[in-house]
Amino acid sequence: MVNSLLSYFQSQNKTPSTAKLAKERLQVIVARERSQRNGPDYLPLMQEELLNVIRKYVPVDRDSVMIQLDRDGDYEILELNVILPEQDNSSSRFPPD
Amino acid sequence: MGKTTTSASFATGLAQAGHRTAVVDFDVGLRNLDLIMGVERRVVYDFVNVIHGDASLKQALIKDKRVDGLYILPASQTRDKDALSHEGVGRVLSELAAEFDYVICDSPAGIERGALMAAYFADEAIVVTNPEVSSVRDSDRILGILASKTQRAERGDSPMPGRLLLTRYAPARVIKGEMLSVDDVLEILAIDMLGVIPESLSVLNASNAGLPVILDDDSDAGQAYQDAVARFLGDERPHRFMSVPKKGLLERLLGG
Repeated sequence: MVNSLLSYFQSQNKTPSTAKLAKERLQVIVARERSQRNGPDYLPLMQEELLNVIRKYVPVDRDSVMIQLDRDGDYEILELNVILPEQDNSSSRFPPD
Repeated sequence: MGKTTTSASFATGLAQAGHRTAVVDFDVGLRNLDLIMGVERRVVYDFVNVIHGDASLKQALIKDKRVDGLYILPASQTRDKDALSHEGVGRVLSELAAEFDYVICDSPAGIERGALMAAYFADEAIVVTNPEVSSVRDSDRILGILASKTQRAERGDSPMPGRLLLTRYAPARVIKGEMLSVDDVLEILAIDMLGVIPESLSVLNASNAGLPVILDDDSDAGQAYQDAVARFLGDERPHRFMSVPKKGLLERLLGG
């Protein structure tokens, strides 16, 4: 009885929810896969090469570069979105040679 | 993920409602609908036999003994993945469409030929998903295929109506934050909901017995399938089995 009382109150404590984690991970991966789904086959490779070029100058991780091809009537719009890291003035160039 | 269980129950429900219904197993090489429907010992000819002209549709269709107007077309156990030819499947399905009110195509998992064929000729889709990350991600890929690689899409018709059926749902785990909620899944997939099937022992019991679970009137899962079929046919039914039945404080304290 005491134990179940205890566990009842313990269960009221906020614990990190794995469902929340699952939702966040799914939203990211689903958005990425949708953006690539209808794109041309070269898009993932181009994204990889652009990432490597950007990395010559700025330390960015994989998730910071988003590339997307949208269609608007007769136009195709290639959108490249790079999230740069917080400014760090100590190093001017990355990686150092 | 419950696709075959769902196909069996859905087809049974439609037939119970008085619609002539055929349910077709598209899982070539891994036939299982026959087992779930309890007709595994009555299979003589299969889908591929009909496509090749070795048997007529009439010879291959198995008549259900429990529900009037319900017929099963079993998958072939051949190892040849290309056995489902595009023209062949199209021909058999249009023959079925002439004969039946509803043709349920039980798609296999994955995005190989069987699944693509089941999707290609469909007029409407029911996406069966578990509240589990891999299942939700797969469903999104399937939704992508339904939007682009179907007869409807190629003809430039309006997009295929698709609705979500969330199976193996455990509201108690959702409340604890251990399981994606139905709203989470709907939001991620951006699709309408057909229904929720609760995680239930009755599903296993029914498949053990070769009985579509919808025929188990006393079970929560059976009732949830009955609701889903009714909604599919245009009835408005409140969603059930989405929350935990309320317990008294004493019951909770005693760990009931």
